[in-house]
Amino acid sequence: MKESLLVVFEMVRKEFYQIRQDKRMLAVSIVVPLIQVLVLGYAATTDIKYTTMVVCDQDRTAQSRELIEGFTTSGYFIQEYTVDRVEDLGRYIEEGDAAVALVIPPGFARDLFRRRTPQIQVILDGTDANTANILLAYATRIVTAYARPIVARYAARETGNRLQRIDAEPRVWFNPELSSSNFMVPGVVALVLMIITMTLTSLGIVKEKEIGTLEQLMVTPIKPHELILGKLIPFIIIGFVDAVIVLAVAHYWFGVPVRGSLPLLFFLSTLFILTTLGLGLFVSTVAKSQQQAMLIAQFFFFMPFIFLSGFTFPISNMPDVIRAVTYIIPLRYFLEILRGLLLKGAGFADLWFQAVMLSVIGVAVLWLSVLRFHKTLE
Amino acid sequence: MYMLKPVRPIILKEFRQIRRDPTSLGMLLVLPTALIILVGYALDFDVKHVPLLVYDQNRSPESRALLERLGNTESFDHIGDVMSYGEIERMFLEGVASVAIVIPPAFGRDLLAGREAKVQILVDGSDANTAGQAVANASRIVASHSTELLLEAFRRVGRQEYVPIDFQPRIWYNPDLVTSRFLVPGLIGFILVLTAVISTSLTVVREKERGTMEQIMVSPLRPSHIILGKTIPYMAISLVAATAILLLGYLLFDVEVKGSLLLLYAAIFTILLGGLGQGLLISTITDSQQVAFMVSVLSSLLPSFLLSGFVFPISNMPVVLQVLSNLAVNKFFLNLIRGVMLKGAGLSAVWDQLLYMLIFAAVTLGISSRRMQKRTL
Repeated sequence: MKESLLVVFEMVRKEFYQIRQDKRMLAVSIVVPLIQVLVLGYAATTDIKYTTMVVCDQDRTAQSRELIEGFTTSGYFIQEYTVDRVEDLGRYIEEGDAAVALVIPPGFARDLFRRRTPQIQVILDGTDANTANILLAYATRIVTAYARPIVARYAARETGNRLQRIDAEPRVWFNPELSSSNFMVPGVVALVLMIITMTLTSLGIVKEKEIGTLEQLMVTPIKPHELILGKLIPFIIIGFVDAVIVLAVAHYWFGVPVRGSLPLLFFLSTLFILTTLGLGLFVSTVAKSQQQAMLIAQFFFFMPFIFLSGFTFPISNMPDVIRAVTYIIPLRYFLEILRGLLLKGAGFADLWFQAVMLSVIGVAVLWLSVLRFHKTLE
Repeated sequence: MYMLKPVRPIILKEFRQIRRDPTSLGMLLVLPTALIILVGYALDFDVKHVPLLVYDQNRSPESRALLERLGNTESFDHIGDVMSYGEIERMFLEGVASVAIVIPPAFGRDLLAGREAKVQILVDGSDANTAGQAVANASRIVASHSTELLLEAFRRVGRQEYVPIDFQPRIWYNPDLVTSRFLVPGLIGFILVLTAVISTSLTVVREKERGTMEQIMVSPLRPSHIILGKTIPYMAISLVAATAILLLGYLLFDVEVKGSLLLLYAAIFTILLGGLGQGLLISTITDSQQVAFMVSVLSSLLPSFLLSGFVFPISNMPVVLQVLSNLAVNKFFLNLIRGVMLKGAGLSAVWDQLLYMLIFAAVTLGISSRRMQKRTL
């Protein structure tokens, strides 16, 4: 036992010596995650601010101006362009200069006054379906708000003030200003951690396979499990250091709160790193070359994980079959853990399911890849 | 053709190498198609079926009418009733529900008395996008229920119904707001850049690692020939992959190309050149595949995904990042391909994007061929 530990320790030392030798590799494993979280933490935002709007006001009355003001003071739209003829609107949308067009027909104020129903047209660029959908909701709300007092006055006169009206009061918990960075930055953290740990392990081992140094190690009296431990421990340490770095950036730079317990956070992060290392080891047992390893990691793991983990696309929207698939994606659980623990202060009582699933997947993957690794060695 | 003659052996050699590794070839061709099917079917930004909790303190016919209205939409799935705010909080913490509607005890009475009746919509804000849309949807449903009550009130006293404004939203290019129509063009760019950057950078670095690059260098071939020979096979593969995505997008998801196919392929060709240039550039500055891959991922995977406007609109990013996004060549490709595919834009509308991609390709290819030249001397 003691001997075994010594062997592992020596291997770890050798690995670290090798990593130190390759300065670029060290830089890549520490600096890359740092830069990625910094830049991508800003990039991943679903906040919609200041959409450029082109306005065609054919009425030019106090009423039409008031409606336009409803748009511009909402904080969502900026009136960048004004045109006189409806035909001129199209160009702005086509070339992407404006995402929204507002058309107020001539006689708008007069029709309102005579209690006819004037038409208000809003044209949205639907290329970005998500943004268009949200802008549509904003526009509807603004027009409804404009119309409400008009109806109220009419109702007061016609029905003797028996106005039935329901007011919805939205209240947002945990993230009242609905800033998306609190939601997205933990996602970026998880993503970067996964990519860095998986590539480091898979490429590190495949490289030795390619060069043939793995065979050399096999003819030494080192036992396979010592070999695996010796190979994995340095990556666990690097992975853990990376986790600390990216979480620190998320907290101190982006101001993502840490409402839950810090020890639990690090415990669960280590669990996740073990899983990704297992996946990396698995890739290395399947791949014959580094190029293959990278393609497998990229297409079989990174991309499906990014799309199916709930990182940007809500899992609840997915068809049942695909939703079932998301249950075997470790990134999904780590995202739920990170977001729950950081943003809502969720404790182990809330996150035990995710922790159990992560452990089950981690153990299964590690076990499978260690088995396969043994085979490769034999 | 004469110019290409010395390049032929390299192309053949590269193809042979690719053939010997059918797994990689299979992945380069099959996986993009698998991805598009996944993206098309699984990904939807629309916030639907949000789990909804109900805390009805009123329990009157009026409150039930409103709740029925909310529960009967695609937006919300009514998953249960609760009796306290504490329960709502617990369910939010566990992530079981993310929206709750609270109806105060006085709701029905206020409504009948002609006072303003209030309801509360509680949302778990940790996912800002979902929360924002859920609030918008809930408010919209409550507002339309409120309008209907009003119209009913008009009818009851025998007055004319009156709607002051006829609001007519029109959505161009994608009237049903289908997410796949937005993502499919982006996916083409995403996959093209990835495969181009990563495969080129790795093939060159692999030869460097094995020392075979020197052998090629001492041959009478010029660096430009080597570059051409090494990139043409991957361009061919990527073009096949791009065509497969376009076809599948059309057949499965009705994403058709409204503009000119010629322009589209010109753009695909140019972005491939740019991606290959970026890959070569990486290969000239790194010596190991591991580092090459890391740098490729840093400069292609995540930026193409997050910085190009593929998923997150660039206009919402901070100014510094908007400037930085110009380095992600994919951004220009996305602008162009979305314009051509969805809006039917012609060359006059997108020439600037094409020009930028050409410049990007010229700069990266130029620098890397210079750096390769230096190594030989």
